[in-house]
Amino acid sequence: MKQISAYFKQMKTVTKIDYATYAGVVLAFAIVLAFQSAGLLNRSITGMLVPICCYVCMAVSLNLTVGILGELSLGHAGFMSVGAFSGVVASMSLGFTGAGDVVRLVLALVVGAAMAALAGVIVGVPVLRLRGDYLAIVTLAFGEIIKELLNSLLVGFDENGLHILFNYDGSRVVSDLGLTENGVEIIKGAQGVAGNQRLATFTVGFVLVMITLVVVLNLVRSRTGRAVMAIRDNRLAAESVGINVTKYKLIAFVVSAALAGAAGALYGLNLSSLSSTTFDFNASILILVYVVLGGLGNIWGSVVATIVLYVLPEALREFDNLRMLVYAIVLILVMLATHNQRLRALLGRLIPKRKGAAAHG
Amino acid sequence: MAKKFEKGKMVPVPSRSIIPERDLDKSPILECSHLGIDFGGLRAVDDFNLTIGRTEIAGLIGPNGAGKTTVFNLLTKVYQPTRGTILLDGIDTAGKTTTQINRMGIARTFQNIRLFSDLSVEDNVKVGLHNQERYSALTGVLRLPKYWRQEKAAHERALELLSLFEMQDLADHKAGSLPYGAQRRLEIVRALATNPSLLLLDEPAAGMNPSETAELMENIVKIRDTFQIAILLIEHDMNLVMGICEGICVLNFGRVIAKGTSEEIQASPAVIEAYLGKGRGS
Amino acid sequence: MAFLQYLISGISLGSIYAIIALGYTMVYGIAKMLNFAHGDVIMVGGYISFCTTSYLDLPGWVSVVFAVVVCTVLGVVIEGLAYRPLRQAGSLAVLITAIGVSYLLQNAAQLIWGATPKNFTSLINFQVPEFLGRLNVSGVMLVTVCACVVIMLGLTWFTSQTKMGKAMRACSEDRGAAQLMGINVNRTISMTFAIGSALAAIAGVLLCSYSPVLQPTTGSMPGIKAFTAAVFGGIGSIPGAFLGGVLLGIIEAMARAYLSSNLANSIVFVVLILVLLIRPAGLLGKYVPEKV
Repeated sequence: MKQISAYFKQMKTVTKIDYATYAGVVLAFAIVLAFQSAGLLNRSITGMLVPICCYVCMAVSLNLTVGILGELSLGHAGFMSVGAFSGVVASMSLGFTGAGDVVRLVLALVVGAAMAALAGVIVGVPVLRLRGDYLAIVTLAFGEIIKELLNSLLVGFDENGLHILFNYDGSRVVSDLGLTENGVEIIKGAQGVAGNQRLATFTVGFVLVMITLVVVLNLVRSRTGRAVMAIRDNRLAAESVGINVTKYKLIAFVVSAALAGAAGALYGLNLSSLSSTTFDFNASILILVYVVLGGLGNIWGSVVATIVLYVLPEALREFDNLRMLVYAIVLILVMLATHNQRLRALLGRLIPKRKGAAAHG
Repeated sequence: MAKKFEKGKMVPVPSRSIIPERDLDKSPILECSHLGIDFGGLRAVDDFNLTIGRTEIAGLIGPNGAGKTTVFNLLTKVYQPTRGTILLDGIDTAGKTTTQINRMGIARTFQNIRLFSDLSVEDNVKVGLHNQERYSALTGVLRLPKYWRQEKAAHERALELLSLFEMQDLADHKAGSLPYGAQRRLEIVRALATNPSLLLLDEPAAGMNPSETAELMENIVKIRDTFQIAILLIEHDMNLVMGICEGICVLNFGRVIAKGTSEEIQASPAVIEAYLGKGRGS
Repeated sequence: MAFLQYLISGISLGSIYAIIALGYTMVYGIAKMLNFAHGDVIMVGGYISFCTTSYLDLPGWVSVVFAVVVCTVLGVVIEGLAYRPLRQAGSLAVLITAIGVSYLLQNAAQLIWGATPKNFTSLINFQVPEFLGRLNVSGVMLVTVCACVVIMLGLTWFTSQTKMGKAMRACSEDRGAAQLMGINVNRTISMTFAIGSALAAIAGVLLCSYSPVLQPTTGSMPGIKAFTAAVFGGIGSIPGAFLGGVLLGIIEAMARAYLSSNLANSIVFVVLILVLLIRPAGLLGKYVPEKV
C-alpha cells in the first residue's frame, strides 16, 4: 500500500490527471449502469447515452486537432459523416451476408475509422500547408463538399457484392444500381439511409470513449505528441530542432479524423435512418464549442463539457422555444467570464483558492 | 597559412580564414563561399565567405541591420540563398530544408526567444531529443516496452543536459513561465539536445546582467570542451566576443569587412569606421 | 445566348456575395476576427425590411433605410457587448462568442417571427426592357450589380481618403502602433462594425428580393459563401472581396448550369481550395512571410 502511494506521489501531475480522467469515465459508466438496472432512467435519458459517447469521442478527437495541433478545423462533422455512412454500408452489407452482430459492429467501426482516415489524408495533404483562418475555411468547405457528395451517392449490396453509383447530374435513381431482387438498397442519395439495424449499445459507446481517450492521451504523452505540440507552440523552432512539420501535422490530423470516423460509425449504427444533413456545418461548430469550453488541449475538459452541454439543452426542453436562446446566452456569458481579464480577476477574488491549473500539454 | 591548404580535405575559401591551430589538421565543419541573398532589390547579404573549424568558437559581429541574423537564417535554410554554397562537413546543403539542416548537424537559438512556451522545460529538451528517440507513433499509443525504455533514457538525458546550466530543478515548470535569462539558457540546452556539430547562438547574452554574462561565457567554453563542437555566435557584448571567440568575422551592410583574431579586429580601421563612423582627419 | 444569360445571373448573384464579403473583409481586416454572426445580421435586415413593408405599409426605400439603421445599431451593440470585452483574448474565444451571437440572433428571430418561412415581396419591381434579343435581366439584377459597384468604389474611396478610413487602415496594419499615434481603436472598430452591418442590411434586402424565402436561417449559407468569397479574393482586401464575390457567383452559376446542379457548392469550394493552394493568401491578398 505504501509502495503504491509512493509511486503515486512521484508521478507527474499530467499523468495523475490522465489516470483521473480514465477513472472518472469508468465511474460515470458504472453509475449509469447501476441506475439503469435499478430502472431509474427514463427513455429520453437512455436514448441520449450512445449519442453522448459519440460526441465525447468527437470532442476529444477534435481537441487533438484544435488544442494539441493548434489548427482550427470547422469541418470535423464531415469526418463523422464519412464514418457514419461507410460504417452503415459495412454493417448492412455484412448483415446481408449473415454475419453476427458483434462482427458487424466491430467491422463497421473499423471501416468507418479507415474511410475517415483516408478522407483525412486526402484533405490534410494539400490543406495543412495553409495557415490559420485559411485552413479553417478549407475544412469548412470540406464539410460542405462531403455533404453534397453523400447526397448524390447511391449504394446497394447483393450477391454480386457492392454496387456504387455516383449521381452527379441528378438523373439516376436507386433502380439504376441493378440490384438483384434480394439486394438491399443502402444509401439512396439525398434520402440517405433507411432501415438500418440499430446495433449500437451504451457499453460499446463506453469502450469507444475509452479507446479514444487512450489513443489521444498516449499520443500526446509520446514523442509524436511532443513534436505536434512543439509545432503548435512555435513552428519555426520545431523545424530548427529537426522536426518534420508536415509529417506530424498529418499524423495528428489523420488520427483525429479516424477517431471521428469511428464515432460517426457508432452514431450511424444507433439510428435506423440517416441523412447527411445531420452532419452539417452546425454540427461541426457544436463540437468545436464543446472543445473550446472544455479548454483547448484539455482532454478531460472536453469530456465534461460535452456531457454538460449535450444534456443542458435537453434539460431545458420544458422552456421549449426559449431553450436555444438560453443556450446561446449561456455560451456567450461563459466565454466572456472565462476570457475577459477583468471578469476573471473578479471571479478569482470571489473564489479565493482554486487549485488545479489547466492540464496543458 | 600554407599548412591549412595541405591538410584540409576541402580547399577552404581563399580569404583570411580564422581556424585555430588545433583544428587545422581536420577538415572544417562549415565552409560558406560567396553566399548571398536579395530581398526584392536589396542585397541583404552578399559575397559572404566563412570557414569554421571543428572545435572553434567563432563570433559574427557588426552594427544593427548588418545582416548577421540573415546569415544564420541562410545557414539554417530559413531563407534559401540566392547565390553561393554552404558546405557542412564537406557536404553541400543546397536544396535542404531547415529540418534536414538540423539533422545534418546545425542547431540554433533565436534572437527573439522561440521556446515551446506551453510545454514543460523537460519537454522542451525532449523535443530537441526527438530525432534520437526512435519509436513510432503506434508504439507510443500502445506503450510497448520500447516506448518505456526510450522515454526513460530521454528523461535521464534531458535532466543531464539541463544540469549543464543547473536547471534540472526547473524541469517541471512551464517554459513560458521562466525568467528571461533561464529561457535563453533553455534554448541553448534544447539546441544541444539535437546533438549538433555546429551550434549557432543568436545574441545569447542579450538582456543578461554582467554576472550572468560572465557565467554564460564560461558555459559556452564548457559546452565546446564537453561536446567537442564548433560554435558560431552573434553578440553585441564585446567583452563576451573578445573574451571567448577565437575567430571573429565583422559584417557591415551585408558584406564582410574584416576577419581575424580579436586583436586584429580591434586594430582594424574598417571595423572602427563601421562602428564609430569616419573620424575627422583619418 | 444561354451562356450570356448564366453569366449575367452569376454576376448578379456574385454581387450579393460581394456586398456581404465586403462587410466580412472589413471586420476581419480591422478587428482580426471572423464574425460568424455577420450572416445573421443579413437575416435581421431582411426581416426588418419585410416588417416595414408588410405590416406598416411603408414604401420600399423607407424599409431599406429602416433595415440599415436597425442593423447598424445591432452591429455596434453586438461589438460593444460581446466582442469588445474579448479584445485581449485569443481568436478562438472570439470566434466561439461570435458563434454564440449567431445562435442568439437566429433563435431570437425564430421567437419573434416564427420558424415558418415568410414570403418576401421583392422591393424592386421594374422590368428592364429586353435588349440584345432575348436576354432576361430583371430589375433586381441590375440594382444589385449597380449597388455592389457603388459600394465597392465608395469603400475604396472611404478607406483611402477620409480620416476615419485611414485610421481603419492603420488599425488593421498595427493596432498597437495606431493607438500610440492617438487613434481611438475602440471607436474605429465600432465604426467598422457599423459599416459592415449596414452593408449586411442592404445585402439582406437584395438577397430576399432575389430569392423571396425569409426564415431565421436565411443568412447562414450566404454568410458562409461570402466568407469564402472574401478568403478567395484575399481577406482584408476590399477589391479582393469584390472580385472574390463576383467570381464565386459566376462559378456557382456556371457549375449549376453546365456541370452538375447537385454539386454546385462543392465545385465552388473545390475551386477555392485550388486557388488557396496556388496563392495561399487569396487572389489579391498580400502574403506576409513570418519574421524571424
